[in-house]
Amino acid sequence: MATIAPLAQAVSEVVRDGDTVAFEGFTHLIPFAAGHEVIRQGRRDLTLVRMTPDVIYDQLIGAGCAKKLVFSWGGNPGVGSLHRFRDAVQNGWPVPLELEEHSHAGMANRYVAAASGLPFAVLRGYVGTDLPKQTDNIKPITCPFTGEVLTAVPALRLDSAVIHAQRADRKGNVQLWGITGVQKEAVLAATRSLVTVEEVVDELEPRPGAVVLPSWVVDFVAEVPGGAHPSYAHDYSVRDNDFYQRWDAISKDRESFGAWLAGVA
Amino acid sequence: MTDYTSDEMMTVAAARALENGAVCFVGIGLPSTAANLARRTHAPDLVLIYESGTIGSKPGTLPLSIGDGVLAETADSLVGVPEIFNYWLQPGRVDVGFLGAAQLDRFANINTTVIGGDYRDPKVRLPGAGGAPEIAASCREVFMIVRQTARAFVERVDFVTSLGFGTGAGDRERLGLRGAGPRLVITDLGVLRPDPRTCELTMTQLHPGVDLATAKARTGWDLKVSSDLVTTAPPTDAELAALRELAA
Repeated sequence: MATIAPLAQAVSEVVRDGDTVAFEGFTHLIPFAAGHEVIRQGRRDLTLVRMTPDVIYDQLIGAGCAKKLVFSWGGNPGVGSLHRFRDAVQNGWPVPLELEEHSHAGMANRYVAAASGLPFAVLRGYVGTDLPKQTDNIKPITCPFTGEVLTAVPALRLDSAVIHAQRADRKGNVQLWGITGVQKEAVLAATRSLVTVEEVVDELEPRPGAVVLPSWVVDFVAEVPGGAHPSYAHDYSVRDNDFYQRWDAISKDRESFGAWLAGVA
Repeated sequence: MTDYTSDEMMTVAAARALENGAVCFVGIGLPSTAANLARRTHAPDLVLIYESGTIGSKPGTLPLSIGDGVLAETADSLVGVPEIFNYWLQPGRVDVGFLGAAQLDRFANINTTVIGGDYRDPKVRLPGAGGAPEIAASCREVFMIVRQTARAFVERVDFVTSLGFGTGAGDRERLGLRGAGPRLVITDLGVLRPDPRTCELTMTQLHPGVDLATAKARTGWDLKVSSDLVTTAPPTDAELAALRELAA
């Protein structure tokens, strides 16, 4: 059963130093408020996992929380580069960042394998690219039925997963809808999980196309209205595209980023 | 006739290449603008798929990201990210993969990973692969839209993020890729197509007012030119009006 708790307590219970942790949400429902709480709590040596590192990981990387990033696309969507990510990779600032890099299809399948309790996933992917040369986590595999050579990627087991959703009920059953990304898979791939929600309600009304995570697969729920900002929560808020554009200037140099960081702490 | 920019010509030329009724897996940025222009002009039944899991999106305004709310609200079907790649892209259901690139080479290989230096110590770190490696592999064919500069159009990419034709004819077949690969590269200067025999990108079309010397100067390899080089028809007033309304 999920425990409903304040954000600070939930984050301190779920995300620990040295964790392999995913903050998921594919453009939509990105758990920014939980990320900021991780920065405030000074977590270190995290292996950050996420398909699209995006602004949330630019913030965590710039704040020095990460030692490694496992990802498939590290940009500011529709805007350009992630400057803190680039500074960490190119200059080791504020700490060096190790990379493990995949394609979206590979990452999605790695989450599926972990959620399914399998050691690896199979896909038609990466063929002819230079990506397999950079990691041991992409290998060819022969189909035992047809002899066809496909690609295998290992399950992406997580210590912790953090996602944002529209609603939970008082028992901690979680409901999310709109673009649902890989959030369900991330929670099911993790030992510990936290879901921040726009609101806690008495009863979850059924919604077409919604994903429901039963309370017994979630460890903590924290009510954080607007907790996905500058990302959005479908039917609650719209994506703050202006902020994503402003982030380019905020993150461009270490000084302006430092001023932003001081505002979070 | 209305004045237009070279970027507008590029977007219009890219939109024209998309056939009505085709299913198109759309990258964000220039590909998304061109695909939405096509839907508003000659191809109202073009099916737009975005990697966030939106199938059949019909946005009224251009999205900034591949996951803007408008793409979900206007979709025929909304699925999770594992499903969009596994059920929809991987089996070869998509006609056209529409991609951009930071760096592109003579055999239409795409680099969006690192420029210069070593992978572990690059001169410039780019965003990485995203959905592109499998889009380039699995769609029936691939269109690219890239501004043509000598820096972007190189003899050999620094890193193969997504495969075009590898080192030339026969590579895709040898690797067992099922899609035919790049068919068109639309730039702000014209259009390149792979040579049917060698798969080398060849200039087959120039936009109005662009001369061949400029195209050659803005290509980092010894650019071959088709013997029947044609000139793109300039954007019509209707195309420009639709594009400007979309961009507004």
